[in-house]
Amino acid sequence: MIDQEKIKELEILANKMRQDLIKTLVEAGSGHTAGPLGLADIFTAFYFHILNHNPKNHLWEDRDRLILSNGHTCPIRYVAMAHAGYFPVEELKTLRKFGTRLQGHPERDKLPGVETTSGPLGSGLGQASGIAYAAKMDGRTFRTYCIMSDGEQDAGNTWESAMFAGKNKLHNLTAVMDRNNIQIDGMTENIMPLEPLRQKYEAFNWHVIEADGNNIAEFIDAVEEAKAVFEKPTLILAHTIPGKGVKEIEFDYRWHGSPPGKGPEDVWPKDKQGEAMLKELKAIETALKSKNE
Amino acid sequence: MNKYLVENLSDIKSLQQLPTRDGYGKGLVKAGEKDNRVVVLCADLAESTRSQWFLEKFPERFVEMGVAEQNMATVAAGMANYGKIPFISSYAAFSPGRNNEQIRTTISINNVPVKIAGAHAGVSVGPDGATHQALEDIALMRAQPNMVVISPCDAVEAEKATFEAAFNGKPTYIRLGREKTPVMTTKKTPFKIGKAEVFMEGKDVTIIATGPLVYEALLAAHELEKEGIFAEVINLHTIKPVDEKAILESVKKTGAVVTVEEHQIMAGMGSAVAEVLAQNFPVPVEFIGIHDSFGQSGEPDELLNFFELTNPFIVKAAKKSIKRK
Repeated sequence: MIDQEKIKELEILANKMRQDLIKTLVEAGSGHTAGPLGLADIFTAFYFHILNHNPKNHLWEDRDRLILSNGHTCPIRYVAMAHAGYFPVEELKTLRKFGTRLQGHPERDKLPGVETTSGPLGSGLGQASGIAYAAKMDGRTFRTYCIMSDGEQDAGNTWESAMFAGKNKLHNLTAVMDRNNIQIDGMTENIMPLEPLRQKYEAFNWHVIEADGNNIAEFIDAVEEAKAVFEKPTLILAHTIPGKGVKEIEFDYRWHGSPPGKGPEDVWPKDKQGEAMLKELKAIETALKSKNE
Repeated sequence: MNKYLVENLSDIKSLQQLPTRDGYGKGLVKAGEKDNRVVVLCADLAESTRSQWFLEKFPERFVEMGVAEQNMATVAAGMANYGKIPFISSYAAFSPGRNNEQIRTTISINNVPVKIAGAHAGVSVGPDGATHQALEDIALMRAQPNMVVISPCDAVEAEKATFEAAFNGKPTYIRLGREKTPVMTTKKTPFKIGKAEVFMEGKDVTIIATGPLVYEALLAAHELEKEGIFAEVINLHTIKPVDEKAILESVKKTGAVVTVEEHQIMAGMGSAVAEVLAQNFPVPVEFIGIHDSFGQSGEPDELLNFFELTNPFIVKAAKKSIKRK
């Protein structure tokens, strides 16, 4: 079990990631908002607690691999990487701009520390499985993590990979599904019903853990449990709230692909969106800090 | 005749006949012996792609993927990312046919050294029919940045290509045929990825061929010689990067070109040659290849003739190209 003090520290850090995410998206003028806000706690947990990594030596052979399958959520990964020391925080301002290392969808060849190129959905789990399989062949002990979306469970490639990982008992592989129930065109269960996800993965010979993906302590516990499972890969069904941290946009799929400044105007006019979101996140920061004292 | 080639090439009965996929199987084993990073993945076609030969020798480095070409590409990308040298084996119609986007994103944009072996390319697959006769794989692969594209002319060259590809550090596509075809090259024939080979010297027309049809180009050159027309025959085994220097050197001498391939004319090897010529040294080009149609069932010889890919058609095209000078 992780101590309470560390958890508080991570929660404050996750809030900081959300604030930087909003600033970064406003500056970029395009990019996704809901998914990255929902994933802030998970990325904070990974980069500041779970991963065995070295930002100064991103090709270190024994590092844990964090594969991001749903590449469109990369802004939150970039923010976490910058704070972890992979590149200057200042560089976040270049997101999606000409000549940037922070491409609209992440590219392995461009930014050191991004393990794989992603964006086209359904291809991350296969790559993570390939890494885990190769590591197992060589008796290496690092772990491979794959963050994927629920929307990309629509893709056949995902299930081919799930079958492969189950067949090969890739116990060194932990997949994390960002179960936020939204995708571009609407709610996942309307677009193409996914449930029962737990039973589906169990039927593919996976160990499945359900966790609150916006509860850092609970998420870290799930990751620890996965390490103790030896005969199967593990799926953490991480239930998250899209838009988490900004009440007005939580659960609203219209914020999937809009950045603050270009979102629907029923709450704030476009030019006030970034500012309003930051104000809300600041208030949470104050509350977290006072709780901490 | 080129001293590095098999003797009496025009006497087809004297030649050994082997499918290029056999060369792939042998090359895999050789590469596997040299380097234990080499792994082979196969989508339920181990016997017919000859990856079986690697499986028999190195079962611990063979990965059976089932009928899942998209996953095969992504798993291989992960393995290459980790540091392995993965070969993925299937029919060209499925890989790079079905998994083209996975190859684009996870192999080419990722820029990881996965080797894609597309077997059963071309109409010479025979009775299986159009669905299994890949005729657009060169187009798909040559349009992807970072990808190297090789189409070996015979089994001996396919073995060399497979072995060299293992160690070139790049995403690479190797095109293979199903049918037994004449072995023209020997262990001594020079082979280097990216370097075209002049198989026969001439001065009147350059016939640039790729894959097993290189043999038909040689037969056509022999026929032309009887009429006092001297054709230069180039084996363009590497379609990308294309050997501009070799093409221009020959064409500056001959002033006329015929390209020969078992593939759509659109965006294939002939197009690659035409791109080079149009920009540097425009001369008449005649294209031997598939004219915007799918294949069909039949015997390989029957189909090669039906689609006008054999030597009498190359002879005709050569004369036409010369006439257009």
